[in-house]
Amino acid sequence: MAIVQTRALTKVFRQGSVGAVVDVDLESREGEFLVLLGPSGSGKTTLLRMIAGLEEPTSGQVLIGGEVVNDLTPRERRIAMVFQSYALYPHLTVLGNIVFPLKAQRVARPEREKKAQWAADLLGIGHLLSRRPRELSGGERQRVALARAIVREPTVFLLDEPLSNLDAKLRASAREELEQFQRRIGTTMIYVTHDQIEAMAMGDRVVVMHQGRVRQIGTPADVYDDPADTFVATFLGSPPMNLVETPEATVGFRPEHFLPAGGSASASPSTLSLSFRLDHEEYLGSERILYGRLEGGQFHGAKAVSRLPATFHPGAAHGTVLPFQVERRKLKFFDRETGTRREPVPMS
Amino acid sequence: MLLPAILYVLALVGVPFLLAFVYAVGDVKVASTGYHFVGLANFESVLRSPAFRRALSNSIIFTVCSQALVLVGGNVLALVLKDAFRGRRLIRFLVLLPWVAPVSIGSIGWKWILDSLYSVINWVLIRLHLVPEFSPPMWLGQPTLAMISVILVHTWHVLPFATVILLAGWTAIPRDIPEACAVDGAGYFRTLFQITIPMLLPIINVALLFGIVFTFTDMTVIYILTRGGPYDTTQVLPSLAFFTGILGSDLAEGAAISIFLLPILVLVAWRMLRTAHRAEVG
Repeated sequence: MAIVQTRALTKVFRQGSVGAVVDVDLESREGEFLVLLGPSGSGKTTLLRMIAGLEEPTSGQVLIGGEVVNDLTPRERRIAMVFQSYALYPHLTVLGNIVFPLKAQRVARPEREKKAQWAADLLGIGHLLSRRPRELSGGERQRVALARAIVREPTVFLLDEPLSNLDAKLRASAREELEQFQRRIGTTMIYVTHDQIEAMAMGDRVVVMHQGRVRQIGTPADVYDDPADTFVATFLGSPPMNLVETPEATVGFRPEHFLPAGGSASASPSTLSLSFRLDHEEYLGSERILYGRLEGGQFHGAKAVSRLPATFHPGAAHGTVLPFQVERRKLKFFDRETGTRREPVPMS
Repeated sequence: MLLPAILYVLALVGVPFLLAFVYAVGDVKVASTGYHFVGLANFESVLRSPAFRRALSNSIIFTVCSQALVLVGGNVLALVLKDAFRGRRLIRFLVLLPWVAPVSIGSIGWKWILDSLYSVINWVLIRLHLVPEFSPPMWLGQPTLAMISVILVHTWHVLPFATVILLAGWTAIPRDIPEACAVDGAGYFRTLFQITIPMLLPIINVALLFGIVFTFTDMTVIYILTRGGPYDTTQVLPSLAFFTGILGSDLAEGAAISIFLLPILVLVAWRMLRTAHRAEVG
């Protein structure tokens, strides 16, 4: 078990170009499930590869267990990595794949087989040991990759989008399995994904990255409820947070907090009343998404989205104006120039 | 629709092939007018001749040695050329050159390089005092040296083709695989011999089988450099068939010699197709 730290870690692929990873300071906690989340090209995989030792940093340091490991090879770092493609060795059987890291460490044969059996049982692939990777399903391949990673008892687990090759149904169950697996072994995991649902569901903490920089680090609730800037606010959540420009600030509110005004509540001073001209709606089975524009006042003309339970029927033709409201404490304020959070401005 | 193609194949492959069988069991000489069936007499005579047995063993030595060199050299070259470096395009072009240049021209160049009087290699060796000035090695004149020379020149000629095939194989290995090996703690040679080369085996097989066919049926290098000499010590089956059948005007015996190539090549071709098929399925 070990803590992974990075200090001002930077990677520039071509001299003079923008860095793929810029000045990243991270510190994992003991036994934590840390998720690196960001759109493609945000530098999350490069960051992970630098921690693994597969990519050399341009500047900055990587520390594992308090020790600078910049000059150590991947094997000396005692990390394990699961690749997006799983990178199973196609000509070896499942057992051959699992014992390969032990062979490389010159572990004696009886010990090797004991550990392989342990890892295979842990992941429920004991019956597949004599198969070859191409005879396995996507989910089974993933488990083999995990078994190959765990058999060496690494100090840190690095996972690069391990679920992205699975179909949607399998992904949900694989996600759950992976979480349980992490809880059982208790090893620090650093997990790269572009899928916010994976990040929210599995992460103890989420590192949101954009253009090579860390935008926010926090628990899933932190990054969702208290986004540090407009990027985080719009990257997380589907549909994303509504952002409305006012002269003083950019104001944000989540679609699920933008609700039809109902009876007495609308008069309360703790809510902000808004007029919403309905443009079109999407029915998604469990919920209903309304698209439209705000009318009147300082928000006039701004696009807005509302997310409601499917049981709600607007009962109005498209183009009509409906009374809507947002609780004032749900409003987030961002600087108009930099997009970062700022203190609230009074709203009429 | 298929008729022209079938006619073409029959005329250019089928007819000469049948003719070879017909000649091999007859008494045809160049300019002879009649034909008498003689059964397996030609094969008997061929098998009894020491020149044929010599040529058969030479063919095997020539093929095995040059293909061993090609496999090692081709893999080393492919490994070097796989990664990006400055001037890679130029180097790739230069590596391919011996293959695209006509083999006869290349071989004539080598004939001068290995000449008994004007050899540039000997000139250098003499200047470096590595060989005595008045009795330098006769590259094409001493039996063992001549065999080594033709093997090396043939290797020089077919190496680029194998390199290109192997390079395609090496670049097809996903980057993840060697990286996973590095993370799993395997060093360079363990990765090479336990992971990447085994993964490449189907491709290596294809390169090898092509190489065997090209080498076993080829006589250009030998014909130009040594004409099978000295004293038939570099004679191989194709060159012996040519010397006997065309230059020696004994068409029947020449045909019988070339037909000995057939079972070996059929075996190789069959394996080649099987490997290609398996590579597709895999």
